[in-house]
Amino acid sequence: MAHTTHGIGGLTYDPAKKARPPELNVFIALILIVVAFEAIGRLFLNDSFLFNTRDNVDAIFNWARLNIIILQVSIIGIIAVGVTQVIITGGIDLSSGSVVGATAMIAMSFAQTAVVNGNPNPKAIFGDWAMDLPVIVPVMVGLGCGLAAGLVNGVLIAYTRIPPFIATLGMMVFARGLSRWWSNGNPISFPTEGYAAIGKGMMPVFIFVLLAILFHLILNYTVYGKHTYAIGSNEDAARMSGIKVDRHKLLVYSIAGCLAAVAAIVLSSKNLTAQAGMGIMYELDAIAMAVIGGISLKGGRGSILGTVLGALIFGVIISGFTFVKLDAYYQEMVKGMIIVGAVVLDQWRQRRSTERT
Amino acid sequence: MSELKLHDMGDIVLETRDLTKHYGGVHALEGANFILRKGEHVAIMGDNGAGKSTFVRQITAVEQRTRGEVIFDGHAVNFAGPLEAREAGIETVFQNLALADDLDVPSNLFLGREKVLFNLGPFSILDRKAMREATMRGLEKTGVKIPNILNTIRNMSGGQRQCVAIARTAAFHSKLTIMDEPTAALGVQETAQVENIIRTLKKQGEPLILISHNMRQVFDLMDRIVVFRRGRICANLNVAETNPEDVVAYITGAKTGAEYADVA
Repeated sequence: MAHTTHGIGGLTYDPAKKARPPELNVFIALILIVVAFEAIGRLFLNDSFLFNTRDNVDAIFNWARLNIIILQVSIIGIIAVGVTQVIITGGIDLSSGSVVGATAMIAMSFAQTAVVNGNPNPKAIFGDWAMDLPVIVPVMVGLGCGLAAGLVNGVLIAYTRIPPFIATLGMMVFARGLSRWWSNGNPISFPTEGYAAIGKGMMPVFIFVLLAILFHLILNYTVYGKHTYAIGSNEDAARMSGIKVDRHKLLVYSIAGCLAAVAAIVLSSKNLTAQAGMGIMYELDAIAMAVIGGISLKGGRGSILGTVLGALIFGVIISGFTFVKLDAYYQEMVKGMIIVGAVVLDQWRQRRSTERT
Repeated sequence: MSELKLHDMGDIVLETRDLTKHYGGVHALEGANFILRKGEHVAIMGDNGAGKSTFVRQITAVEQRTRGEVIFDGHAVNFAGPLEAREAGIETVFQNLALADDLDVPSNLFLGREKVLFNLGPFSILDRKAMREATMRGLEKTGVKIPNILNTIRNMSGGQRQCVAIARTAAFHSKLTIMDEPTAALGVQETAQVENIIRTLKKQGEPLILISHNMRQVFDLMDRIVVFRRGRICANLNVAETNPEDVVAYITGAKTGAEYADVA
């Protein structure tokens, strides 16, 4: 079916004519940013951003830096996969970072080991009954927490018709409180070996990539994906067409909650501890990744692939700032500018596309 | 003039008996008796607020009627909502287009009733090829020209969008198409395009109800004109036996059909 023409007058289906995917622009931006840091490094720092400049000849690339970039975006990237779906429906989820914190605390308290270096676990939350449980228990508890948070968000938004911004803001504050109350502000540490294995080494990257591929396929090839885009594009039309919009939103927010829970489990496992304040502000980083990846905050447009590329850009910029020895304070300021800049760019792009017609 | 003919033509697709809708004290629609036969194209005309849209909303079950009967396809029907009406085969093209701008043509045609390969609940796998091919057939039936059906609706002209909305009816073999002022927002060329689709539907024997203010359009395309005035049907005219001046007289209330004299 390279080029088929049907019917009266140029009625065609021609895959070659399909518009350039928006992800391509994001990919080009990623490459340009990497090249820019490489150039700055070569010109001013006498160092390379991308390539190995050490004496061991085994490696061409600076794998240490690349690994850090990928690793640090992976956990927030998992959240971003959920946030992307929420934003495509035209909603927003401000609670995901705090849900990560609360979920990490609760899951970790069921993942503790009884004996640490021959002594009883100094950070024990529960009695012996909650010690050395099989790894499935904390994982299920964690997923349950995320699901519960997502369900509450979904019910508030879909059935009581509270704006997503307010509903998830409430959940954000609630989850922060919950994570402090859970252990009176104490950190929860010393997980079992099984739990610690979840986020070990490059596991977060592996889980992120797996989930990204899974949801990329779901959004592109299933009814769920089609309805997600339809609702964000024109909610009234979706309703009139028979899509159960409320039920679908409940599902989308629940999935986002579960993905936040996965991030919480991976994060607490990687850090071997959970503490109140963990994950706070991750939601903004996740939203930033989606926005950089070309999502429209009005809904209807965006993709997981875009968000993954957005996450990489995000990681490259943060790592690049460290590379050019920019202060952490500047980093936050620039992060803020990137988020706003990406939204401005999106609106400019939308205006241009409507003017063309 | 047409009272005698009411029962001597083909099968009846849609009939309403004493169809009535009150909004509190406002009698938006009062005792509408209406018949549509197979293959017939009927225009509904009337001033703003005459009850045209209210009439259509009762048939498509966007609202629940106060009183009366709707008989569709030989059965008395009582749709709970517009979806049930659609499922039964009544397809409505709304004035404000019910399209998702960010989706392509097949996705819009099949919105809410996607073809699937495997049924896995909400995660059912879409049968994209089947939907694409059905879209081609549907568009072919209407004779619509759309450069590339995989473009998003956003990038299409008003006429093309309207055509996509209309093509839904063709793609799903609906038993009755209702169009609520489909050309109100379109340019000359685009209007011609939509009118061509209506002609095609006529040739194919698909029944149609058209709400329109455009006298030329109605006289060009329709078989019959039903005029609403103050919530009541006040005339039922064969296009061949009437003229625009007459219709205007009915619309403004200067004249009332003989058989409706008692109610007006």
